[in-house]
Amino acid sequence: MSEPLLSIHDFSVTYDVDPPVHAVKGVTLELARGEILGLAGESGCGKTTLAYGVQRLLKAPAVITNGSVMFHDASGEDVDINALGAEEMRRFRWDKISMVFQGAMNSLNPVAQIGSQLEDVFEVHRPEMTPRQRRSEVADLLELVRVGAQRARSFPHELSGGMRQRVMIAMALALRPQLMVMDEPTTALDVLVQREIIRQISQLRHEFGFSVIFITHDLPLLLEITDRIAIMREGEIVEVGRAEQIWTDPQDAYTRTLLSSFPRLTGERGVVVR
Amino acid sequence: MTGVQPQLAELDTDALEVGTTATSADGGRARVPWRYLGRRAAFYLFTLWAAITINFFLRRMMKGDAVSQYLSRNRNVSPEAADALRTLLGLDSDKSLLEQYLDYWVLLAQGDLGISLLHGLRPVTEVVSGALPWTIGLVGVATIFSFAIGTVGGAVVGWRRGSRADALIPITTFLSTIPYFWLGLLAIAVFSVNLGWFPIGKAYGVGMRPGWNAEFIGQVLHHGALPIATIVVASLGGWMLGMRNMMLTVLDEDYITVAQAKGMPNQRVLWGYAARNAVLPQIQSFALSIGFIVGGSIVMEMVFSYPGIGKLLLDATNAKDYALMQGVFLVITISVLVANILADIVYAFLDPRTRQAGV
Amino acid sequence: MSTKTKTQATGARTGADRGTDGSRPATNVPAAAVGRESGGRVFLSKLGSAFAMFRNRKSVAGLAILAFFVLIAIFADVLAPFSPTQVDNTARFQPPSAEHWLGTTHIGEDVLSQVIHGTRGVVVVGFLAALIATTIAITVGVISGYVSGWKSEGLSALTNVFLVIPGLPLIIIVAAMFEDPPLWVIAAVLGLIGWAWGARVLRAQTMSLRNRDFIQAARANGEPLRRIITIEMLPNLMALIAASFVGTVTAAILGLTTLSYIGVIPVTTYNWGTILNWASAQGAFQQNQWWWYLPPGLCIAIIGVALSLINFGIDEYVNPRLRSAGERARAMKKKGLDVNEPVTAVRPEMDGLAAHPTPAPADKGTE
Repeated sequence: MSEPLLSIHDFSVTYDVDPPVHAVKGVTLELARGEILGLAGESGCGKTTLAYGVQRLLKAPAVITNGSVMFHDASGEDVDINALGAEEMRRFRWDKISMVFQGAMNSLNPVAQIGSQLEDVFEVHRPEMTPRQRRSEVADLLELVRVGAQRARSFPHELSGGMRQRVMIAMALALRPQLMVMDEPTTALDVLVQREIIRQISQLRHEFGFSVIFITHDLPLLLEITDRIAIMREGEIVEVGRAEQIWTDPQDAYTRTLLSSFPRLTGERGVVVR
Repeated sequence: MTGVQPQLAELDTDALEVGTTATSADGGRARVPWRYLGRRAAFYLFTLWAAITINFFLRRMMKGDAVSQYLSRNRNVSPEAADALRTLLGLDSDKSLLEQYLDYWVLLAQGDLGISLLHGLRPVTEVVSGALPWTIGLVGVATIFSFAIGTVGGAVVGWRRGSRADALIPITTFLSTIPYFWLGLLAIAVFSVNLGWFPIGKAYGVGMRPGWNAEFIGQVLHHGALPIATIVVASLGGWMLGMRNMMLTVLDEDYITVAQAKGMPNQRVLWGYAARNAVLPQIQSFALSIGFIVGGSIVMEMVFSYPGIGKLLLDATNAKDYALMQGVFLVITISVLVANILADIVYAFLDPRTRQAGV
Repeated sequence: MSTKTKTQATGARTGADRGTDGSRPATNVPAAAVGRESGGRVFLSKLGSAFAMFRNRKSVAGLAILAFFVLIAIFADVLAPFSPTQVDNTARFQPPSAEHWLGTTHIGEDVLSQVIHGTRGVVVVGFLAALIATTIAITVGVISGYVSGWKSEGLSALTNVFLVIPGLPLIIIVAAMFEDPPLWVIAAVLGLIGWAWGARVLRAQTMSLRNRDFIQAARANGEPLRRIITIEMLPNLMALIAASFVGTVTAAILGLTTLSYIGVIPVTTYNWGTILNWASAQGAFQQNQWWWYLPPGLCIAIIGVALSLINFGIDEYVNPRLRSAGERARAMKKKGLDVNEPVTAVRPEMDGLAAHPTPAPADKGTE
């Protein structure tokens, strides 16, 4: 396989409450450069905790109790994410790994213009840019996701759900990160818009070559768009494999259960049977 | 085996057209929230009408007819002034109620609020306009300080959950349950009588003539310090509590998590994202509280013998100078309405969601 | 009317009109159950569970202090060592002593007795005014929240008018019209001025409740409006009603004492405000007769604190975020974790808690 981008080794996250909740238990996973990896499982299986945890985005009482996360930067440097201090982490964020969140309804600051919310990423991470450069960069980003540069002065409540999610994608793309983590990016949208967003993501990936971790409970979607899929259950990864192989030859009983719970669209009645 | 081939058919939806909500999002036209402001203006006009009508009926319920006696005893009141007084004070019961009401409005429209018995028959408007600036200065400065300190403090306390700053909330709340006037009297007892740092009352020294010179202004500041400080201390708690509670609500919102994921420094998240949103309900509640604030400050004027309209009202009440009482009440109400309008304008420009159609 | 005590509370209060309140009433019994039991019993049982708001520490503390004052008010005659009007010209302006625990006034009256008797007026007016105000607030607020269209808008406009018109000046003028108003008149006037805030809050909450499933179900069941409001909605609004009531008591007490101090309310009745009126008139503040002017003011402050505590307790019940935010943060701090830190902490020494790490599962897809 192509060179690894993210090496997660024996990673564990615990919520330090009473009694403690072991949300992620000893996960080992490797993400290749330019790969799109699906992370699937039922609600509460820990997929979101894992994705947030490797970026250290979880707030107390969550604690990383074990394992390491190595980020193999394109420059050749290896970054041990767990060892970064707060300020280094702040600089690392969005620059190397960015995120597209679920439900763009509330992910944008309601009182600030779209353009300024995109610009402040540059203000903080690329202080050498002039205001004019920032504005032009933001306009390019908005055109790229087909929202339109003139929307830079709009407010979030003036855009539809699909457009807001596109803005989130543009924001995630701003610093040309090497990895984008997408947490159920299309779950809150209607089917047509979902399609558009997925296509958009694929297009951008081919153009810019970043890796994607795509989190969702929608396994059929993952079967269509991802290179590999990891199935999670109760904090552990039960199976990892290429998409076709998961579909044709699932190894784990849980995977088989998941696959068989989707109804057929065509042909005989009943659930999908392979 | 059912195929797993990706079927991303070409959909011809133009992203730019998909369901936007506001048409005015295009173009860079200045987006003045006319609709919102228009509705507020209509409400305030209605309130003004209601206040004037209450004033009108209030008079008719009053007993103790010092005015008629006064008028019958004094011949040096001009017939026009006497008529005005009678209309204002509801003594012209020979006319029908509707006629009285209309006459009342005519008088008000002419800016004639009658004459003040207490102040040597000078027009009420003159007496009130002499006192009004002092009140606006006192209340205005104190409220701005209190709101600013309380809101900023509340934002910081809300941000740093569980820190020692949390103790500020019960302390300031305790202070705000103490009656204004008692706090003022205590302040005088401690700082004026015992420590002698501040004068006991009034806006400026006895015998000083008002004027725009350094000495006069210095005296005004010196005399005003204690009343303003008392009002600030007494009202701080409310603002701080409200802002802190709103911060706690806002900090759970998604856009805060997104901002931190973006690598925004803490200060930026606190002020640009969190406080900026939490302050909106604060401004709404500020607009609603102006009536209360004015009430409390009136009492302050009595405690400190400050020559504002609060003291004017109290003196007039004790002397049963009804024309002056009415006039002061009207002016107070109008001031509160104006302050409300200003607060609404500020809110409208801070919250872009008011510019949406249908708000 | 006077201070902001009753105006500042949770996010449930501020921004209430925009429906952004974070309060979620606790009890939510399905409407289907109602039909089977008598309305009265259902109402009482729902009411009982709604009063859980009083079971936290802050509310209990506040209620205890309040009860203390109420008892004093009731047993004033028995508790006061002297009659409040008993003049003793031999013992004027005396500081506290064994005989007069709080000293004497300018004509030898016992300050302690005056304060004790003054409690009655304060408590009676406070509760009566709050009762009147809250009743009006519930009626106007719930009805205007439940109906829609111009009726609702009209009532809302009425509420807002009362909210904006400055209360204290109005009361001053109204009180000046009466020569010697009895306590209940004063209470009524205070109540009439102070209902608007509660009405506004209740209207907002009723509007959000109106669309909840259990109300829709009740309407579909054909329950009459009267029943829907009293049996379904009121128990859910209990927390807000209680908070509004408590806030109004505070405001009424402050209003009463302020008006008494000013002298607008004639000094025939005793309350802490009138005591301060005399004290001030006799120059007690200038002459450092602290035993005269401190106790009444402190009493007002303490009863205010008690009411605030009750309100804090209700706030935390209605919006659990407020309670847990501070507590959670402090609990975390003890473990060395900072809740505000945006970067997850790494604690390998906690490894004992983690489950056994599993080896990487068979990964057929990778080369």
